[in-house]
Amino acid sequence: MAELKKTALCHACEQAGGKMVDFHGWLLPVQFDSILAEHKAVRENVGMFDVSHMGQLSVEGKDAWKFLQYISCNNIKSTPAAGTYFHILTEQGTIIDDAIAFCLTPEKFLVVVNAACVEEDFNWFQKQAKQFSVSVSNESAQWSMIALQGPKALSLASTLLPVVANLPRFHIAPIELWGIKGYVTRTGYTGEDGVEIMLPGTHIEKLWNEFLRLGVKPCGLGARDVLRLEAGYLLNGADADQTRTPYEANCGWVVKLNKENFIGKAALEQKKAAGFATLLKGVHLKSPGVPREGCKVFVNGIEKGFLTSGTYSPLFKGIAVGYLNADVPVGAEVEVEIHGRKVPAEVVKTPFYKNRV
Amino acid sequence: MYNQENCRFAKTHEWAFVEGEVAVVGISDHAQEEISDIVFVDLPKVGRQVKTGENCCVIESVKSASEIYAPVSGEIVAINEALTGDPALVNREPHNGGWLFKIKMTNPEEVNALLDFAGYQATIQK
Repeated sequence: MAELKKTALCHACEQAGGKMVDFHGWLLPVQFDSILAEHKAVRENVGMFDVSHMGQLSVEGKDAWKFLQYISCNNIKSTPAAGTYFHILTEQGTIIDDAIAFCLTPEKFLVVVNAACVEEDFNWFQKQAKQFSVSVSNESAQWSMIALQGPKALSLASTLLPVVANLPRFHIAPIELWGIKGYVTRTGYTGEDGVEIMLPGTHIEKLWNEFLRLGVKPCGLGARDVLRLEAGYLLNGADADQTRTPYEANCGWVVKLNKENFIGKAALEQKKAAGFATLLKGVHLKSPGVPREGCKVFVNGIEKGFLTSGTYSPLFKGIAVGYLNADVPVGAEVEVEIHGRKVPAEVVKTPFYKNRV
Repeated sequence: MYNQENCRFAKTHEWAFVEGEVAVVGISDHAQEEISDIVFVDLPKVGRQVKTGENCCVIESVKSASEIYAPVSGEIVAINEALTGDPALVNREPHNGGWLFKIKMTNPEEVNALLDFAGYQATIQK
């Protein structure tokens, strides 16, 4: 097995008691003391995550915006500081990755992508960039990142970074900490308000320690997964992949068919007109148990789909999302097969947790 | 109540505490710590016949599901109903209120094949 990649915070995470696991080739903490305690910290107070494994692609040049409009199915905002959530699609309209593009200047954007997709996204961007006056560079190795999340995240972050106090949701601002340049974005993957702070690896541990000193609870991938599933966020590679369009993945709002040509547009128009056989829906258990990825879902004994993510939520108990036949509506009574036991459940709209952002 | 020094252990981390012909079964402190955040225990039905090593119970934590194997053969004669309302009892008191089920042994000699506490400690310190 290839050696696992380490983030600049790996040592600090181990020091804080992190249980380290392999996450898409990265050595990252799945939890520190308890997933439930970490979940509670983020929902009620403030927690932090090492998200240094995530990727950053820089898109620069005269055609930067035009290029991103072509790469993205969503309309990319071209106002400096504004960020846009979008999907990177194949020509078939299926999902390569989900990402956020931040406009730094009309000719320079920073695109934050999923760790597991950095190489593929970068190659795809470079391939498509040939027809534009634009240069794409992979800055993933130079940036480390901490996500500070929770109802107290903003006030706490603004003590170090005053710019945060007036930073609108989904916006970016350049920062300088200890004489070192970085960025802060008001984004996250938890359903709580918060920020994500990018600094070079050389200085990220200093920020981590500062947050520890201020009483921020370090949180791992385990809590992150519960929080994001409650908040209805996709996990690329599980809930979305290159066999699914945004429409099937309950992200139709990300597709703007009325905009100019973009990769996958023709295929999406065609597929949308034809209709979809399966759709991603929320599933909420009505009896004790923990639904997991891969569990089959039945209606009156007939198999109707399977779960792509599932977990135990301290707020909602057994929750999941999965691809179900399009004829299974929200409100339908279903059964989820868990270890050979059929557990009653209901098909529900997501998110489970009404996001506070 | 079921002091670990007086329990016998399977390599798969279950303990058995013998009371006459009945073995009380739970998971070790080491196991509960590894599993952590236990949120549901799918217990076997009373009356079920189990064989040594048979998967007969599932412990669900937030992050994973762990199969629990019968450390001895026999009939399930009791289950810990308290775990239905408070599964985290297994985390808090793995050798006390967090026991899982009781087996009326068909062959009490089987207990001798299990590790004693020192033997078990040696396996988890590797």
